[in-house]
Amino acid sequence: MRTVVCIKQVRTLGDEVEFTDDGRDVDPDYVDLALNEWDSFATEEALQLKERLGGEVVVVTCGPEESEAALRRCLAMGADRAVRIEGVAAHDPIGVAHALAEVVRDEEPDLVLCGVQSSDSVQAATGTALAELVELPRVAVVTRLEPGDGKATAHRELEGGLVDVVEVDLPAVLTTQTGINQPRYANLRAIKQAEQVEITVRQAASAPAASRVRRMFVPPRGEGAEMLGTDPGEVARRIADLVKERTA
Amino acid sequence: MSVLVVTEHLQGTVRDVTRELVTAGRPLGPVAVAVIARDPGPLAAAVDVEGVEEIVTVAAGADEFEGDTYQQALEALIESRRPRVVLLGFTVNAMSYAAAVAAKLGLGYASDVHGVALEGDAVIATRSFYAGKVSAELEFPGAETVLLLLRPTTWPPAEGTGGAAVSSLAVEVAPPRARHVEFTEPAATGDVDITQADVLLSIGRGIGDADAIAQFEGLAAKMGATLSVSRPIVDAGWMPASRQVGQSGKTVKPKVYLAFGISGAVQHLAGMKASGTIVAVNTDPEASIFGVAHYGAVVDLFDVAEELEKLY
Ligand SMILES: Cc1cc2nc3c(=O)[nH]c(=O)nc-3n(C[C@H](O)[C@H](O)[C@H](O)COP(=O)(O)OP(=O)(O)OC[C@H]3O[C@@H](n4cnc5c(N)ncnc54)[C@H](O)[C@@H]3O)c2cc1C
Ligand SMILES: Nc1ncnc2c1ncn2[C@@H]1O[C@H](COP(=O)(O)O)[C@@H](O)[C@H]1O
Repeated sequence: MRTVVCIKQVRTLGDEVEFTDDGRDVDPDYVDLALNEWDSFATEEALQLKERLGGEVVVVTCGPEESEAALRRCLAMGADRAVRIEGVAAHDPIGVAHALAEVVRDEEPDLVLCGVQSSDSVQAATGTALAELVELPRVAVVTRLEPGDGKATAHRELEGGLVDVVEVDLPAVLTTQTGINQPRYANLRAIKQAEQVEITVRQAASAPAASRVRRMFVPPRGEGAEMLGTDPGEVARRIADLVKERTA
Repeated sequence: MSVLVVTEHLQGTVRDVTRELVTAGRPLGPVAVAVIARDPGPLAAAVDVEGVEEIVTVAAGADEFEGDTYQQALEALIESRRPRVVLLGFTVNAMSYAAAVAAKLGLGYASDVHGVALEGDAVIATRSFYAGKVSAELEFPGAETVLLLLRPTTWPPAEGTGGAAVSSLAVEVAPPRARHVEFTEPAATGDVDITQADVLLSIGRGIGDADAIAQFEGLAAKMGATLSVSRPIVDAGWMPASRQVGQSGKTVKPKVYLAFGISGAVQHLAGMKASGTIVAVNTDPEASIFGVAHYGAVVDLFDVAEELEKLY
């Protein structure tokens, strides 16, 4: 079983934000980087399938050189190979899907896993667009996966926790939800070894953009919350009073 | 400038988000609503609300949602009607096919949109990035049709009756590659019903590790509150799913909702933003939860918990 896992290095903001000169994104000096939470579940799922069924796990990302840290984290978890694609506009999930599709076509995998969403973009779109571009069936928001002969049973989690059990032909693209497994931690030795792995770098072909950021800004908060101060004792007293008042 | 809304339905009932899409679409142009189902008739009656000019039914597929069927039906609808804007809810079903349609037909596309406007002929969508800390306006250069997935519970649902004209579109659909088998409900654990509580003490990833659960169960009991949680606490196996607040958990509306160490992701807010009084305790002053909270404190949740213990 060869599984391609698409992973993203996501950005998180602290309590200070600055924008780039063109105003279309945040200043990279103000962001922290991490492997997208959903993608650690996708990687774990691929590794567990490999442990049961044999095969290989290939992790792919679109992003600048610094995003190789996220690939190496997946290599340390146990992925076999890593590919990085350069030259893709961030924030356009369909543009990203076009770039990922080139790698998926070349790898001819039995399964492709993406996360449901990236925590910094929340498009929940890349996997579904990718499936279309490589002409594979897809299931989104999967909380359980049971591959069989030429098809798989997948649990699709709907609003309110209702589960839609679906049968999907393989190969397929699935987007995995948090909680589908418990992602493993990589040990120090594996982290060291992952540093040595050669990452394949490719250049993306140009693809049409489905959207473009015109302007980014800090949203107005309206009235906002009334702040209760920073003294824990005072905060606790105010909370106790509110609970008493509002339930009287 | 025409608008096409796609009805979302589940187990024979039209979901509320559909009527919200009608409200969002009206300022953009005349609204047509599509109903895709094996038997669309009864559902079409339910979407005939004020502001709908036209209802188009596509009799295709099974009773329940299948992504391939919806994709083929929506592609046929777009090709025959050439709408300027197509509106879907940002729901699990839409996540399963909308981006595929956009990728195939080369449409403009964005998800989790919470504002839409027309500037002359240009569609401008507003959405959030970076855990809700930043907003962005998106443009869709060169796109004849723009497909937008709108954030649920952002627009009020359209009410009343419309008297819309009903037509149908015949679409041949190929057998789906992913097929609905059955629904299963999350296992009931015989645990408490968090939707009935007057006061919820709700804890998130900010509690750090499993050891803190017992402490907060104890505190909730002392306060006369019920303990609820955000999704990561359930994913980690620390509390049962019956305690989860949010889009894939329970929608709650207690008199008081105390959010401790919860960032306020959109899927969490969807389940609690209608609460009577919301109090957020979070060490990050820019956390999105402060955008919906009535009261807030930027302070360590364990310090507040310790002080609360003393008061009860
Ligand atoms: C389809 C779908 C459905 C989903 N459904 C749900 C759902 O039903 N419910 C749900 O909750 N999520 C849901 N999610 C997940 C959601 O996107 C978020 O990942 C999740 O809500 C984050 O939980 P959190 O706020 O506890 O964790 P985080 O986002 O990690 O936030 C932790 C917060 O704790 C604060 N903190 C840390 N330490 C302290 C301290 N000592 N004192 C005070 N504050 C501290 C941090 O500043 C941070 O703001 C869903 C996601 C998807 C894609
Ligand atoms: N730049 C990227 N490189 C590789 N995979 C990505 C990238 N962006 C998104 N993905 C994949 O698509 C999923 C959904 O992301 P999104 O559509 O941005 O919410 C992620 O969990 C990843 O699996």
